[in-house]
Amino acid sequence: MILQHIADGLLSGAIVALGAIGLSFTMKILRFANFSHSELLTWGAYFAVIFFAVAAVIGGGYGTPIAPFSFGWPLLAALLVTAALTSLLAIALHHLVFARLNRMAGHMTMVFASFGVALLLRHLLVLIFGPAPLYYSSALQFAMLLPGGVRVMPDQVFLLGLTVVVVIALHLFLTRSRTGISMRAVAENPDLARVSGVDVGRIVMWVWIIGASCAAVAGVMYGLTVQLRPELGFSLLLPLFAAAILGGAGSLYGAVIGGLAVGLSENLSVMIIPTTYKPAVPFLMILLVLYFRPEGLFGERR
Amino acid sequence: MIGLVAYLVFFLIVALIFAVAVLGLNLQWGFTGLFNAGVAGFLAIGAYTMAILTGPSREAVLGGYELPFAVGLLGAMLASGFAALVIGLITLRLRDEFLAVATFGIAVTIQLVCVNWEYVTGGTLGLISIPNPSRALADGPFAQNLIYLALVAVLAGLVFVGLERIVGAPWGRVLKAVREDETAAASLGKNPVRVRLEAFVLGCMLMGLSGALYVGFIGYVSPFDFLPIVTFQIWTMLIVGGSANNRGAILGALIVWAVWTGSGFVISKLVPPSVQAQSGAMQAVLIGLILVVTLLFRPRGLIGEKIAVSRHARD
Repeated sequence: MILQHIADGLLSGAIVALGAIGLSFTMKILRFANFSHSELLTWGAYFAVIFFAVAAVIGGGYGTPIAPFSFGWPLLAALLVTAALTSLLAIALHHLVFARLNRMAGHMTMVFASFGVALLLRHLLVLIFGPAPLYYSSALQFAMLLPGGVRVMPDQVFLLGLTVVVVIALHLFLTRSRTGISMRAVAENPDLARVSGVDVGRIVMWVWIIGASCAAVAGVMYGLTVQLRPELGFSLLLPLFAAAILGGAGSLYGAVIGGLAVGLSENLSVMIIPTTYKPAVPFLMILLVLYFRPEGLFGERR
Repeated sequence: MIGLVAYLVFFLIVALIFAVAVLGLNLQWGFTGLFNAGVAGFLAIGAYTMAILTGPSREAVLGGYELPFAVGLLGAMLASGFAALVIGLITLRLRDEFLAVATFGIAVTIQLVCVNWEYVTGGTLGLISIPNPSRALADGPFAQNLIYLALVAVLAGLVFVGLERIVGAPWGRVLKAVREDETAAASLGKNPVRVRLEAFVLGCMLMGLSGALYVGFIGYVSPFDFLPIVTFQIWTMLIVGGSANNRGAILGALIVWAVWTGSGFVISKLVPPSVQAQSGAMQAVLIGLILVVTLLFRPRGLIGEKIAVSRHARD
């Protein structure tokens, strides 16, 4: 039983980890807690609905499933397209709202505006797609039995593998590429980075692109392994914040470990508390981290 | 005609109850710069405390103490204040955003407790037949509502006058000093963490009062009255009216509540009942738009903060 909880925890933790990467970067580099970040996950997941609908018209649709997964090659194309569309949405929001407020008002006004943006984005989806849950595919998938009596879906294994690939790619980007190194410089000290010739505006764009792309992937994977609802992202908002705060703002590995820790604690908690209180676990984690180690596990003390 | 007046009385009662919460938020955000993203949670604490203290006794549910209305209001304020104290002690010495995240978290958690802890909250059914003091004083809903309106108006007036006094007093100037420049305030011997905590707890107590007045008026409490959308509504009221101005807080409550109920009425006439869920979403989108547009194009709100100049610096 405990093995099953650990497996479930790692799988839901992988989604939280992907979502928390972008939130952690915005907290560190753009210096505000973006309450609308979770809506990027939802929009990513629904962009994929549109992608599959368009693909169905052109021909191909959901594609022939590659055994043992429930999806075919079109899903990989959908991941790329939704990542691009979600990045465009994030950049549009940046120019329309956040960049303007950053110039005019304090950063707490940005936090607050992100609250309003989140409300707008979520209810626009209810308006367009309706409140009922959706699924990418109606095909049934059978669980695999792993040693120890643990049952997982093949799609969930794919999700875990994809998370590892994304994190390795981001690690290489941040440590090897010029843009990645500039990004870390801006996170450390924006003024020093600017006088050293770093184009801070371009770096901010990259933060949005990386954050939105990871969010879109997390959203699509959630839609694939659970279901699509307009509250998809909203229900993950506290876990995302818990992961980002636990890991320490701006830390890639912090966000990933934070995400896994949140997923594991949520799923293991049902052994000691009623399942209905599971959503409160991230909140308790946030309070504990803020009380004992407010800079997070991998953050620097300020 | 009497129907319209009766509706106006009803509208004013709810709007003024909201105004009390907006005044509390104004103390936190407007004067002290504290971001409370869990207004609905503190309203819920006040509402449930009121229901438990003053409600009739029932089987298998805590409470039913049938205490007087005033005791209920006081208990609601104390309960919300205590919750604020716990959250504040943990987060107020940290970066500003952490208070936002923690208060958002407590609102979600409180809603969860309201839905699930049936022994205390009655679960999804909520708690019903909470006594309304105006029922004993007059016959007929119109006269009763008029009495309740008078009661709410007096309380909102007292809160308004009290807040005007304290923000004009030295304590209020310390609040603004902490909001503008914490380091400078600390260098003058003020304790920013303590001042923030005081403003946060006091503001949340007003939210508890607002929740209690709401329950006293409608006579029941349900966990679905305290969804995050309520937090948005109250924030929008403050931003539209003008933060750091108590008159603006009350004006915002009246205007935004009028827009909310008005748009709900119009949408319900235009939209077929088969897409009722979408019509609620339309109202929410409207509130979100009003909020973001106000922030971008009139950040002061309708009547913003008055510029205060020290009387020693006039010449």
